[in-house]
Amino acid sequence: MPSLTPQKDEVRITVSADTDIVTARQKGRDLAAQLGFSSTDLALVATAISELARNIVRYANRGEIILKLAERGEKRGIIVTARDEGPGIPNIPQAMQDGYSTSGSLGLGLPGVRRLMDEFEVVSKNGTGTTVTVKKWLR
Amino acid sequence: MVVPILKQGHYLIASIQAALTDADLLNLRDALAQQVGTYRSRGVIVDVTALDVMDSFASRTLSDMANMIKLRGAETVIVGIQPEVAFSMVQLGLKLEDVATALDLEEGLAFLDKRARRANRAITNPPKR
Repeated sequence: MPSLTPQKDEVRITVSADTDIVTARQKGRDLAAQLGFSSTDLALVATAISELARNIVRYANRGEIILKLAERGEKRGIIVTARDEGPGIPNIPQAMQDGYSTSGSLGLGLPGVRRLMDEFEVVSKNGTGTTVTVKKWLR
Repeated sequence: MVVPILKQGHYLIASIQAALTDADLLNLRDALAQQVGTYRSRGVIVDVTALDVMDSFASRTLSDMANMIKLRGAETVIVGIQPEVAFSMVQLGLKLEDVATALDLEEGLAFLDKRARRANRAITNPPKR
């Protein structure tokens, strides 16, 4: 008999304060653990979510992190989407350079997140916000 | 969540028990920089064994903290970085440069004792001409 509770295929976390950063990365780690990721990959995914959620708080004040199961043929993994309606990134190639930051932070945010994950995509327009989508596949 | 800080002889030991928010990390930094003076401590150990994530903010705050404590005349050693956390930090490009690290609490205490002995020797046995 199928379970009566509907399969939750998406987890959304509203991010507007530093406590939400911790919640988002813990939920991401939980979902990745359910999918069977190794402890090393769990740390990579949780760290990437932490960086993305912090960018939302720092640059856009509020936004959301969406966690989803990823499927491509036989492959399974996790998709993390970080979305905000903040000021946007005026120059994406520049933001993707190591050491570049407009907020006085280490400036490792996006290039670092790209190294932590398997796939990385950023869409941003001035004035309409930023969406960063990253994926990690089970090995 | 407040990180408990224990006084052990000339050292302060801050043992992180659970995930910390950015505000918690800043509070820990300020509390340790303050208490080094209150207790006239020579060394500080921050045990991060329980942390499953060390992101750019945590890394920078610990580095700032170690520099502040050095300016107050004491040594800091970070202990207990887990292997997965270390891997994530390296991937992210975080090196915690200029901050002493040790495997665990025992090694951290040994590191501070060695530093203290060296400092004492320099005082009691100044180099001969």
